[in-house]
Amino acid sequence: MTTLAANKPAYDGTTLDLTGKSGGRAFRNTLATVLIILCFLIALVPLLWILWTVISKGYNLLLDGSWWSESQRGITVRRVGGGAYHAIMGTLIMSLICAVIAVPIAIFGAVYLVEYGKGTRAAKVVSFMIDILTGVPSIVAALFIYAVWITILGLNRVGFAVSLALVLLMLPVVLRSTEEMLKLVPDELREASYALGVPKWKTILKVVVPTAFGGIVTGVMLGLARVMGETAPLLILVGYSKNINLNPFDGFMGALPTMINQDRTELALQPAADRVWAAALTLILLVMLLNILARLVARFSTIKSK
Amino acid sequence: MSSTDGTAPPDRPADKKMDLGPVGHLGDRLFAALARGSGGLVVLIVAFVGIFLLALAIPALAKDQSNFLFSRIWEPGGDNPRFGIAALFYTTMISSIIAMAIAVPIAVGVALFTTYYAPKRLASPVSHAIDLLAAVPSIIYGLWAIIFFAPILRPVINGLSDALGWIPLFEKPPTDNVGVVFTASVVLAIMILPVVTAISREIFAQTPTTHREGALALGATRWEMIRMAVLPYGRSGVVSASMLGLGRALGETVAVLIILSVPNGNDPWDPSIFAGGETFASKIANNAAEFDTPEKTGAYIAAGLVLFVVTFLVNSAARLIVARSGPGNKRPRKVRSDKNGADKAAQTEGAAS
Amino acid sequence: MAKRIEVSGLNVYYGDFKAVEDVSMTIEPRSVTAFIGPSGCGKSTYLRTLNRMHEVLPGARVEGKVVLDEQDLYAPGIDPVAVRRVVGMVFQRPNPFPTMSIFDNVASGLKLNGVKDKKKLTEVVERSLHGANLWNEVKDRLEKPGAGLSGGQQQRLCIARAIAVEPEVILMDEPCSALDPISTLAIEDLIEKLKDKFTVVIVTHNMQQAARVSDQTAFFNLAATGKPGRLIEMGATKQIFSNPTEKATEDYITGRFG
Repeated sequence: MTTLAANKPAYDGTTLDLTGKSGGRAFRNTLATVLIILCFLIALVPLLWILWTVISKGYNLLLDGSWWSESQRGITVRRVGGGAYHAIMGTLIMSLICAVIAVPIAIFGAVYLVEYGKGTRAAKVVSFMIDILTGVPSIVAALFIYAVWITILGLNRVGFAVSLALVLLMLPVVLRSTEEMLKLVPDELREASYALGVPKWKTILKVVVPTAFGGIVTGVMLGLARVMGETAPLLILVGYSKNINLNPFDGFMGALPTMINQDRTELALQPAADRVWAAALTLILLVMLLNILARLVARFSTIKSK
Repeated sequence: MSSTDGTAPPDRPADKKMDLGPVGHLGDRLFAALARGSGGLVVLIVAFVGIFLLALAIPALAKDQSNFLFSRIWEPGGDNPRFGIAALFYTTMISSIIAMAIAVPIAVGVALFTTYYAPKRLASPVSHAIDLLAAVPSIIYGLWAIIFFAPILRPVINGLSDALGWIPLFEKPPTDNVGVVFTASVVLAIMILPVVTAISREIFAQTPTTHREGALALGATRWEMIRMAVLPYGRSGVVSASMLGLGRALGETVAVLIILSVPNGNDPWDPSIFAGGETFASKIANNAAEFDTPEKTGAYIAAGLVLFVVTFLVNSAARLIVARSGPGNKRPRKVRSDKNGADKAAQTEGAAS
Repeated sequence: MAKRIEVSGLNVYYGDFKAVEDVSMTIEPRSVTAFIGPSGCGKSTYLRTLNRMHEVLPGARVEGKVVLDEQDLYAPGIDPVAVRRVVGMVFQRPNPFPTMSIFDNVASGLKLNGVKDKKKLTEVVERSLHGANLWNEVKDRLEKPGAGLSGGQQQRLCIARAIAVEPEVILMDEPCSALDPISTLAIEDLIEKLKDKFTVVIVTHNMQQAARVSDQTAFFNLAATGKPGRLIEMGATKQIFSNPTEKATEDYITGRFG
């Protein structure tokens, strides 16, 4: 066994360099710090640039009351005037119908995974399927609905078809986030309820879900924000209409993304350009508002995810 | 026996049994059925997506006169449909891979910034800000990109194609067009940045404190600690996050549609990233008006199926990577006298004492 | 490679909360000093101020002086990173780097310091593993992962890693509390050997261990819950355990509380 070096006197009189200022290590550390801060700034640039562009070019029309109450009926590309009411309503209607269908399935599906099927093979299959669904690109979801609704069933292109495609996109998102929230509810709460003789279904309905409610709402809002901005299903499954159409089962329907798409090739004409950016700003406002609301709800909810 | 002297509580009648029968039977059955039904519905939906898409794609494929996988021609209509996805596949893959190559290093940097460099109070607003990038709808990305961002890239395109133009991949374009694959890749990189950053952030934050402290106790600087403890721990997670970002880029439709200029059908194929092109998604969306016959629709659906399969493979690979070589694999053997309780107590002691 | 530590008037704060109050002591070189006391009394917190590890937690700060042979570790201009290169630490749960081999683990501190020469690294790794009483058990598998060893072996690996950089002082924060009795004994033998070369400070929950391994013992306690921890008494181990001056010390030693 190699011996350690011979005993040195207790106080050896050496002074240590504890300033840490010199050397390649300090330099590399500083270099790394600079590069990493640079990454962050690089990531911020597009965000700020986009927001600045959309806000500065679009805010004008939004201040006009008619933007929020009139449609584009009778407004040609060159004319000023009209509003986005038809598009706003279209976006809201199609997204809300989607939510009405997707959210209950998502919540019950999450309840199944967490409360009834935990550990079973069937639940693993369901979970796997949800993973597949998460990865379906929006264009493929739109194609599927096209195949079923239009090609096979022979129905027309309407707003409801878009809602169905959006369901395929919203469902896995809300299901997974609800699942996470339900898993966070401690078992002790369930056991307390069972110990009082409350049946399982009532426990889930009255104890588990209410406890996780804030987080579930957050998931729903984030899912909604995502589908409101989806353009591909709109392009494939419904035509753009300048008029107000509140019926999702009949006729073409305007929506904010397609309103933007409609005139984006005509940006040389000022009225068209104004409308395009104003519609873009409206859409961003809608989406960001939902995002911020969702985070606020998460902040004040009973359980936090981390 | 039945006398009551007013002091003792009355006896329960001797013949009344406690009701221990099933409680809430109907409610439980109904609720469970709803829950299980939803689970089953999800499975059915996914199965149907696959089945229907195949059902429409296969007849169209059967009629295809040219090789579906390797041909670049796209004329699905008429009596002699000829269509192949080679060009689509190439453009889709190369734009997404370049996007990933650009986004991942920056995402790792931002994730490290949020977890180990930013002051604690800033960390939360910073991550929210980056997440806001994900909230911008893709049509707005496309609009902003083609009008404002792409022109900025012009000098970059010129510079790169001058320097590397001898490689076919970087060949200089014949026109001054900015609606090229490279531009789309950069914009895609911006769009997938939030996803890769968010996942990397989670992973880096979970690096066990004990390994970080072990590095620091050896006198490591912050960067050295990250290199010794955080990055090795997070390696497989970052790979997985990158693949998920890749999956997102593959399916992106509208931004690409707006940016990429569609090449003329008769032109010879240009593999340069400084040329235009079409991805699976952009081609399908661009030609939505052409879905008039089932055969033509089938051709586009077949293309969509290929996209779906590729996306699925990429996402599965991401999940497998995490499952197989996650940090759990390198966990040390359980110490013989398991002192988990003491560890927890000591942790609180370390913090509070 | 062993210096004396002189602490004067040290207060430790987490934000506004004072965790440890007014500690003054001298830690003799080439000896083992043990910190004992009940749970939560601040001994680990105080230990961490000796290599400025407490600064890893935001809001943690210190008033007072910690002087390592005439250099105040808290003087302005002193870099905590540099301090940790001369005051090493071994943690309660063994923490070898999971992605590194045994060899790389021991060499990690040296590599950080820029030592690249393969021969020198091998020489120091071997010497350190001998010094940690681990050489015979791992000499045939130096390229295997560090995490594949038993708990006691891992802890000795961490000790080898710490001594490879030849620090002036080695701090040990309850190094045996996650180990079985046999491994504990092995570590205690090792500590006995280490004090020939290093100044060792060990925090321990286990009074018998303090009595076995240390030359000096410091007893910490809380005045009451919510109050900061204080140094109650410090002295030669034999004296503290047989004839303590303070009543609180005696009560703790005899098990009346703790």
